[in-house]
Amino acid sequence: MSENINYLTTIGLEVHVQLKTKTKIFCGCSVDSESEPNTNVCPVCLGYPGALPALNETVVKYGIMTGLMIGSKINRYSKFDRKSYFYPDMSKNFQTSQFDLPICEGGSIDIELEDGTRKSIGITRIHLEENAAKNFHLVKMSGVDFNRAGTPLIEVVTEPEIESPEEAYAFLQAIRQIVVYTGVSDCNLELGQLRCDVNCSVRPEGQVKLGERTEMKNLNTFKGIYNALQYEIERQKDVLRSGGTVSQETRRWDPDAGITTVMRTKEDAHDYRYLPEPDLMPMVFDDEYLEELRSSLPELPAKRRERFVVAYSLPAYDAGVLVAEKPIADYFEAAAKLSKNPKLVSNYMMTEMLRILSETEKDISEVTMTPEALAKLSNLVDAKTINSNTAKKVFDILFNEGGDPEKIVNENGWAQVSDTGAIEGFVDEAIAANPKSVEDYKAGKVAAIKFLVGQVMRFSKGKANPQLAESLLLEKLQ
Amino acid sequence: MFDIKNLDITGALVLLDSGEITSVGLTQALIDLIKAEDSKYNAYLTLDEEYALAQAAGADAKRAAGETGKLLGIPVAIKDVLNVEGQVCTCGSKILEGYVSPYDATAIAKLRAAGAIFLGRTNMDEFAMGSTTENSAFQVTKNPCNTDYVPGGSSGGSAAAVGAGLAIAALGTDTGGSIRQPACFCGCVGLKPSYGRVSRFGLTAYCSSFDQAGPMTKTVKDAALLLEVMAGVDEYDASSAPVDVPEYTKHLTGDLTGMTIGIPKEYFIDGIDPEVSRTVKAAIDKCAELGAEIKDISLPLTDYAIATYYIIATAEASTNLARFDGVRYGARAEGATDPIDLYKKTKAAGFGEEVKRRIILGTYVLSSGYYDAYYGSAQKARTLIMQEFDKAFEDCDAMITPISPVPGYKIGENENDPLKMYLGDIFTVTANLAGICGLSVPYGKKDDLSIGVQILGPAFKEENILKIGDALERK
Repeated sequence: MSENINYLTTIGLEVHVQLKTKTKIFCGCSVDSESEPNTNVCPVCLGYPGALPALNETVVKYGIMTGLMIGSKINRYSKFDRKSYFYPDMSKNFQTSQFDLPICEGGSIDIELEDGTRKSIGITRIHLEENAAKNFHLVKMSGVDFNRAGTPLIEVVTEPEIESPEEAYAFLQAIRQIVVYTGVSDCNLELGQLRCDVNCSVRPEGQVKLGERTEMKNLNTFKGIYNALQYEIERQKDVLRSGGTVSQETRRWDPDAGITTVMRTKEDAHDYRYLPEPDLMPMVFDDEYLEELRSSLPELPAKRRERFVVAYSLPAYDAGVLVAEKPIADYFEAAAKLSKNPKLVSNYMMTEMLRILSETEKDISEVTMTPEALAKLSNLVDAKTINSNTAKKVFDILFNEGGDPEKIVNENGWAQVSDTGAIEGFVDEAIAANPKSVEDYKAGKVAAIKFLVGQVMRFSKGKANPQLAESLLLEKLQ
Repeated sequence: MFDIKNLDITGALVLLDSGEITSVGLTQALIDLIKAEDSKYNAYLTLDEEYALAQAAGADAKRAAGETGKLLGIPVAIKDVLNVEGQVCTCGSKILEGYVSPYDATAIAKLRAAGAIFLGRTNMDEFAMGSTTENSAFQVTKNPCNTDYVPGGSSGGSAAAVGAGLAIAALGTDTGGSIRQPACFCGCVGLKPSYGRVSRFGLTAYCSSFDQAGPMTKTVKDAALLLEVMAGVDEYDASSAPVDVPEYTKHLTGDLTGMTIGIPKEYFIDGIDPEVSRTVKAAIDKCAELGAEIKDISLPLTDYAIATYYIIATAEASTNLARFDGVRYGARAEGATDPIDLYKKTKAAGFGEEVKRRIILGTYVLSSGYYDAYYGSAQKARTLIMQEFDKAFEDCDAMITPISPVPGYKIGENENDPLKMYLGDIFTVTANLAGICGLSVPYGKKDDLSIGVQILGPAFKEENILKIGDALERK
């Protein structure tokens, strides 16, 4: 066999995202995952005899909003189903999920790779379901924490259109950005708020039919998913290269060893015996409701980035950084709209704001400086009322104490001197005090002029317009 | 002194209000009676004496303070399938031994708010699966009319308790006839409300699409009174209906003028005991005499009812009973090596034969590749049966039929023939399939055995059947 066969990879993802509700999907228990084990529980989420589910309407709303964000068709008639399997993490030994009438079908999510390549990944469906409890293993026994049981999830299933671990990684970033943007999930990976089942197969180039696939369940870090896919794709290629066949099975990713191992073969596959959930009524959505949700949706981050480039004349990179998090983008846009120079606003966001936020580990919602203040600051710079060094000082004051930039500039007497007559005095002072530099300049040392400008700034206590100072110096030294 | 065995809710309230008796006195008298006589019938599984007496004292204090309540101070026996906070709820199964309920079912909470007292739990077929109460894991209940006979089921304990006078009133549940048939056998009144009329929250599920809790009483008026208290929409049960609850007791006028009663010919088949036929015929004649118009009607899909019922009921049961696994509550088998082994051992030891049979049936009909042939077809048949009833009720206000083809079964008679038992449900399962209401009222006798008639009404028209039942009772 030829060593040089090219293999094509096909990946499909099932992404479980925990929705940002206060209470669980079918009961009034808190979704707080940090509580002591088995404290956020009740007869419903513990599957006690006689307990019935009562649907949390916010879950439905968030599911539909996610679908609308990615262009899904919303099923006007949708229902829940019981998915039966026996395991201690499922209190009723069936999961209340959705089978043949999920809340959303179709849609797509755009991804962009590091090299700038763009691609659209098709979405098969989004359905609502309850989370399982968490099993943990002690030395001699195992325990189950039902705090997580019944927390609300959406499961987003992709078409098998992802063709590399890089694309999978980019997809996960994109979907996280969308759900966080929409405000339906915090997507905190450390708290397990995004988990993924990964299907992948390889086939020789030229073969139309997809190869036999394997599945890896419950991966919860982007890097882990990337690494698991890289390993699994190579493993499958090795199997094919050596003349073997890949068998359809569920494999376990071992992040420490960096390998996948067989967990369950096709023969052991569950028969989930889906049954329409008799305890919940089918859901029917009318135009009015969908329109109400549609009008409440934020702009997609990718669209917003493109708009920022055009509307505020930003470089694509800057726009990308600003839209990455919705509160940052909202803050920027509020300031940019009031500013005569949005690019300046963007510069302060990129260089000052994001840096200080990360240094102080603050969230933009905690910042005392208002977008209006930032806009005013940018206008002061734009009008050359203050120079950029002064602006930095003002920014720090605004960030720490808030206030009005114009007032701060006035109270401190920081307004830049742009009056030629006034600056001329400082220029003369600088020339008189530094004969050596004047000589150097005249002898051809061009850099000496920068020193002289600095001296002008010193005499003016930083208020002189440096460009004006330089041109006056040049004039006088000619 | 009062005749406690024949005391109904209405009568007890008069005595309580007049101060002739106290709730503590009444409750104590009932407890004493149960202790003295229930060994003959085994109607009760457990008594909660101390709790009931404390509740009764509370009710007496409230009454003394001028408070009122539709059931203030009335002890009610509860089928062991409805959750009452702090009481056991075994569902007649070993698998729930040791389980103490942490919450009140909504129907219970409503009775509690009206002042009812929960003095004990009555025997039943395990998880309400059966028609004789012989499937209880704990004891065989006997029919107070003739103790060689079963009390019917699955609410046999409640029926026997009321029939023997060991309860003033009781609650049962009805998934395929489990209130109406035992009421018929034990000579009491049993009402299966329309699906969605009474909240199912806290009713341990057998078949979620069919289960309904309802009253089992000595008089139709008491049934009307209990339903008034129990009924209504509940935010904890999505299947409960937002339909206003009428004052049912006000409809009991005894006058049937203007009512049309349909007689479905498919319910009068060969093989019905002649005394059952005669009883139903007599009831129909009486209705005509009281002013009702009698009309022959046809429900041709009745033949499909049993098959449809047992496919849907077992399918849902197989998922509803999956939760009993020994992990969170109830009995847990020893010596398991892993979770699946724990489930196998716990379920093998905890469930009885009939429950296992229905779980296996239900698992089979939901299996991949069989769903469409069984469950899918059964759902279609169910829809057609519902439509057939809707259509039939365009021409009548109620129907009168037999409840059971026979007046009773001897204890042990059907032990080895589950299919024959299933066929005995032919006249009752249709009401559950169609979601309509049904009432069982005693109207005849064969030797010692009591025979009742079934009055079926359109969904959320309990007042129709209560009115007819009450009129028949006044004979």
